[in-house]
Amino acid sequence: MELIVSGSDLDRLIRSLKEKGRVAGPVSRPTFRGRMVAWAEIRSIGEVVFDEAPRESMKRFLFPQPEVLLRFKRKGTGYEVEPGQVSQETVLFGVRPCDARSACLNLLPYQDDPFFLRNMAATVIVGTRCEQPCSTCFCRDVGGGPESIEGMDARITPCGEGSWKIELFTEKGLALFQAMAGGEPAPTPEGGAEKTPPLLKPLKSAPLSSLYESDVWAELARACLNCGICTFLCPTCYCFDIQDERLGSSGRRIRYWDSCMFPLFTQHASGHNPRPTKLHRVRNRFLHKLKYFPDRFGSFSCVGCGRCVRECPVGIDIRKVMKRLAEAVQTEV
Amino acid sequence: MRGIVHHITEELRNTARELLASGRISAFLGFREGDHPMTVAPFAARTAEEVELLIFNSFCVLNSANTIPELLRDLTPPAKRGEPPNEPPMIGVIATGCWSRNIVVQIQEHQVPRDKLVIVGVASRGMVDRRKVLAKLPNSDVYSVEEQDHLLLVRGRGYEVEIPRWEVVRDNCRSCSHPEAVDFDLWIGPKTGPRSIDAPFQELEEIEGLGAAGRWEWFSNEFSRCIRCYACRNACPLCYCPTCFVDDSRPQWVGKSADFSDTATFHLLRAYHCAGRCTDCGACESVCPMDIPLRKLTKKLYKAVKERFGFEPGLSSGATLPLSTFSSEDREEFILRPGGPGQEER
Ligand code: SF4
Ligand code: SF4
Ligand code: SF4
Ligand code: SF4
Ligand code: SF4
Repeated sequence: MELIVSGSDLDRLIRSLKEKGRVAGPVSRPTFRGRMVAWAEIRSIGEVVFDEAPRESMKRFLFPQPEVLLRFKRKGTGYEVEPGQVSQETVLFGVRPCDARSACLNLLPYQDDPFFLRNMAATVIVGTRCEQPCSTCFCRDVGGGPESIEGMDARITPCGEGSWKIELFTEKGLALFQAMAGGEPAPTPEGGAEKTPPLLKPLKSAPLSSLYESDVWAELARACLNCGICTFLCPTCYCFDIQDERLGSSGRRIRYWDSCMFPLFTQHASGHNPRPTKLHRVRNRFLHKLKYFPDRFGSFSCVGCGRCVRECPVGIDIRKVMKRLAEAVQTEV
Repeated sequence: MRGIVHHITEELRNTARELLASGRISAFLGFREGDHPMTVAPFAARTAEEVELLIFNSFCVLNSANTIPELLRDLTPPAKRGEPPNEPPMIGVIATGCWSRNIVVQIQEHQVPRDKLVIVGVASRGMVDRRKVLAKLPNSDVYSVEEQDHLLLVRGRGYEVEIPRWEVVRDNCRSCSHPEAVDFDLWIGPKTGPRSIDAPFQELEEIEGLGAAGRWEWFSNEFSRCIRCYACRNACPLCYCPTCFVDDSRPQWVGKSADFSDTATFHLLRAYHCAGRCTDCGACESVCPMDIPLRKLTKKLYKAVKERFGFEPGLSSGATLPLSTFSSEDREEFILRPGGPGQEER
């Protein structure tokens, strides 16, 4: 179902939503370098940037950094445990198709995770379509596309002169715009599903050992800084660590972002580290996205948003890695 | 690539090729082009073919010194059990002013043996902050960038613009008085001499003038964007600790999440670890994906060390390091006494 609304109607909606929870979108912010597009709470639809992807994905809303899992207090010889944070009602405006799709991919490994499910339930994703994919975008090569609506509850498209087209795809989306839509019809998801990406098959059918021994890893490891930029900005990187933070006799158990690029990620208490070098860690990042995840869940763990390409300080491009691996596989058979 | 950087790159390759062919060094450390426009990656050429990948241009915002300890470790043959460690082989390395100053710091701190290095000095023309370029472009998207002596020719979807190079040069380079390597064995490219800078700490004045509350507001506004990716630390040639304080778990010095108290602790400690050592090379700030003005903290400490101890890091390997000496003349007004100085702003 589809409706055309005015900017002032949307602003009224945003104001009323803000009474119950948070409303956020990508906005342009001044920085010492000029400007950047960053996620922030919004007061009006006019603030939302539609023609440039935000530096960060929307991940922070679904994987809070940190997420309080529980709180504890010493009581006698044991502990009294209380639930941690509740998921905040959240509406995200202007989510790009790749980022929206990441929620569906992340759901695969997190389908039994009560915290992620709770956050998903509390979040309404109002996506958008990309008029102009960037030079770093490759959503089509990994199974998505600028017209994909996967993961969106609704989609908003600016249609000039201060009016907006709203398409509703899910019950959540319908509920959000209920007042404007006047209730009624059932949502009809359409579009979305793209064909199987051409590189998926060769990589999935390749024996792991042939990819594992590729000489691309040593090359990448020589350049890589082993920072957390690519993994932390990536919408489909979801690894975490858990820690108890204690002050006196009470404290909290938090879950926070971790990255396979950090040596500490695999450090054992014994001192042994099964991924002791950069090469091991670089290889894990790419093979997790391009081989382990597809083997297990059927899709690349990558939505082609291009953030890792744009933001990597040494200019490493995952598309080149994919090509190199696929070539190696093809020459082998 | 044309003009000055083209000539310097040619000279660089010739020098590296000769050094490798003579057997004097076993690798030459510099940069090669990254896969993405306006990026470079650290690169140690070990063969004549690999030398052809070395480049020098305005996008070398990383610091060559950062890779030296790691490269020497990688190149040192492992010792046999029970025997003393082997000596590292010699390597060549390219160095601008600040890179060479960071090498001096590493020598002073016994991380790098001077006699294992052939330092090839060069004068920096000031490196370009690629995000300053991107901020000027439609959708921040770029297809290719061609560097000329005073212009960047930038192409993207449906546009082609010329950006004056100096407009997008990094803030640290604009206030740099030592663009030339201070310690070197060989030289490539033109010599430009030191630059005279009237107000090297001008960029701090606005924040210094804010008062304690205003400064805290500035700090929390800018630094709360940090995602704790540690690219700044990993790009810094001072950060060679086998276990960084942020990674220590016994005891744990700082919380792991992006709660602001933890992020603030990380940044304050990181900056203080760099006091009297930081050369203002700008690598940390250049790699930050969140536009955090990291250098403001280290530059403030640079200024404090300069004013109090008359010391600037990395200018001479014989100098006494301010943080490892003590003099009864050292000022100590930071020791707070009731009613004494330093209390007025609290
Ligand atoms: S962003 Fe680039 S340098 Fe940093 S860990 Fe990822 S690949 Fe390595
Ligand atoms: S791997 Fe890179 S391109 Fe793919 S989803 Fe992550 S950040 Fe985006
Ligand atoms: S703290 Fe930043 S500016 Fe200072 S030496 Fe390290 S990377 Fe360079
Ligand atoms: S931040 Fe401090 S502890 Fe960590 S690596 Fe740098 S100097 Fe060492
Ligand atoms: S590089 Fe930037 S975002 Fe990353 S840890 Fe450093 S300041 Fe934070």
